[in-house]
Amino acid sequence: MRLNKILKNALLVISAGIILTACATKKEVAVEAPKKEETKKEETKKEKEEVTKIEKIAGQMQGDVYIGTDTVKYLADGVADRVFFATNESILTTASRETLRAQAAWLRANSNITVVLEGHADERGTREYNLALGERRANAAKDYLMTYGVSSDRITVISYGKERPVDSGSNPLAWSKNRRSVTVKAN
Amino acid sequence: MIKKFIILIFIFVPIKALALIEVDITRGNLNPLPLAVSPLSIDETSRKNFEQILDKENIGSEISLIVENNLRTSGLFNPLDKKAFLQAPDIANLKPRFEDWNLIKAQALITGKVNYIKDKLRVEFRLWDVLAGKEMMALAFTTVPTNWRRVGHIISDKVYERLTGEKGYFDTRIIYVAEEGPKTQRIKKLAIMDQDGANNKFLTLGNELVLTPRFNPASQMVTYLSYFKNMPRVYLLDIETGTQEVVGDFPGMTFAPRFSPDGKKIIMSFAKDGKSDIYTMNLETRLVERITNHPSIDTSPSYSPDGKYITFNSDRSGYQQIYVMKNDGSDVKRISFGNGLYGTPVWSPRGDLIAFTKLHKGKFYIGVMRTDGTGERLLTENYYQEAPSWSPNGRVLIFYRETKTNSKGEGFSAKLWSIDLTGYNERLIKTETDASDPSWSSLLSN
Repeated sequence: MRLNKILKNALLVISAGIILTACATKKEVAVEAPKKEETKKEETKKEKEEVTKIEKIAGQMQGDVYIGTDTVKYLADGVADRVFFATNESILTTASRETLRAQAAWLRANSNITVVLEGHADERGTREYNLALGERRANAAKDYLMTYGVSSDRITVISYGKERPVDSGSNPLAWSKNRRSVTVKAN
Repeated sequence: MIKKFIILIFIFVPIKALALIEVDITRGNLNPLPLAVSPLSIDETSRKNFEQILDKENIGSEISLIVENNLRTSGLFNPLDKKAFLQAPDIANLKPRFEDWNLIKAQALITGKVNYIKDKLRVEFRLWDVLAGKEMMALAFTTVPTNWRRVGHIISDKVYERLTGEKGYFDTRIIYVAEEGPKTQRIKKLAIMDQDGANNKFLTLGNELVLTPRFNPASQMVTYLSYFKNMPRVYLLDIETGTQEVVGDFPGMTFAPRFSPDGKKIIMSFAKDGKSDIYTMNLETRLVERITNHPSIDTSPSYSPDGKYITFNSDRSGYQQIYVMKNDGSDVKRISFGNGLYGTPVWSPRGDLIAFTKLHKGKFYIGVMRTDGTGERLLTENYYQEAPSWSPNGRVLIFYRETKTNSKGEGFSAKLWSIDLTGYNERLIKTETDASDPSWSSLLSN
């Protein structure tokens, strides 16, 4: 699993200019619910029902990744400032990569702008591990911006762990909004 | 900040080791030992002098209340109601009438006397075995009057030690993070207080986020994480002078600091490019040593009391688990294999156990396991709790607990709690503000 992550990071860099095909990691599959059902039908049936229930209530989550726009701010027209993550994960979803490509394009067009990537975790983890996890998430976003031509010296990374939630709720939807990396203009 | 504190201890009567009363510390509080804490007697001149200096009407009673409270909160003792006492404090201290104390079912009796001598506070106390009709211990202390609370704590420690055979933990302090404000914008300050919640002081102003303070072995220095200038780095604070300095000034976030058992090094995590590894810094030479080198998250390091091993938290297996390695980073072994995620390992001061936080099926547990990972025992379950810290005698764990909020995000609180190693005697530690990240000092007097 760890190896998958390393390979994936390497893959990301290599495939920089190439059109991104679906990444063959386990977690990527988990984001696309139908595929998961095919492979692990029985085991995930109950899980899927729960997910569907949450989706009905909120309509803002896919798996346990937030897909709504409640908390999202915009760096420029059509350039969302944040990406969201699955529990304990730092892998970028298809939607996250799309958001980051828009950010990268905006940063390339505005070469004087520098940014801080703020990585966050939800409240369902130990404080110290969450600090590290926030850092890992922000770096996943940073790596992706760099593969799309943003120079590393324009990007600073900071982790807040579970210290700065946007939603103070104690429920899966609130947690999904809090598992995020936010790109903030630094100048 | 620590007041100059000198206590002179005289053993003025040889201890007669008649070990008739024994408290079995491993059994929990099912049968706390009934004992009587007679108010310390005080003559009228001394009483008036202390009233003037300390603004306490009867300092003898106040000190005995501290002793009573400490012994009760340990869960091992049941201090009896003073209303039932038949003998006056001054006479009891001279020669207790054991049949009177036996009548109210006291198995042990604490008596004593307070004197004002040349601007100093002199306290003597005696511990009696009621059934055997013998004196078990007699000690006297002389100190500045403002240290009266510590005298109460030291008496408590001596009684605890004499009756259980193990060192006490009452003359100690807790460093923690005081919290205020809404959950999304918490203001956090370093704070310090006595183990019983008295003498609370804030050490930082709350201008920047501070986390995870930990004492050095001498309990005069604290290492912690500060977001000063929005750069999360490990800092060192001298409690006495208030001097702060950055020690983890690496090109990235440093966090999860702790002292080595000899106090000479700080061990911490350094996060860069999505990886967190464990490093040490020698505080004298400023030499930095890398201990782990792995693409995973390695954090929450804690030394064994002999300094030869380090336990830490890593997700190198895919999820958070607990590992043990030699102090040079070699011989890494995973020790947690149960269901769920494991974090915040802390080596016990006795060396035989590791306390941890466990997350399983949406619940958080504080637990202990042997250093090879066997004998896992979960002590308490809750919505959210983590970060245990050991009492210096390794008998009690302090940790923090956060409450679940309602659908509107209201009702959040963070509080300190303690629990005995036995899994009994869970207690809320009262604090002025919300509180988290507690760390227990060593015994201040020995």
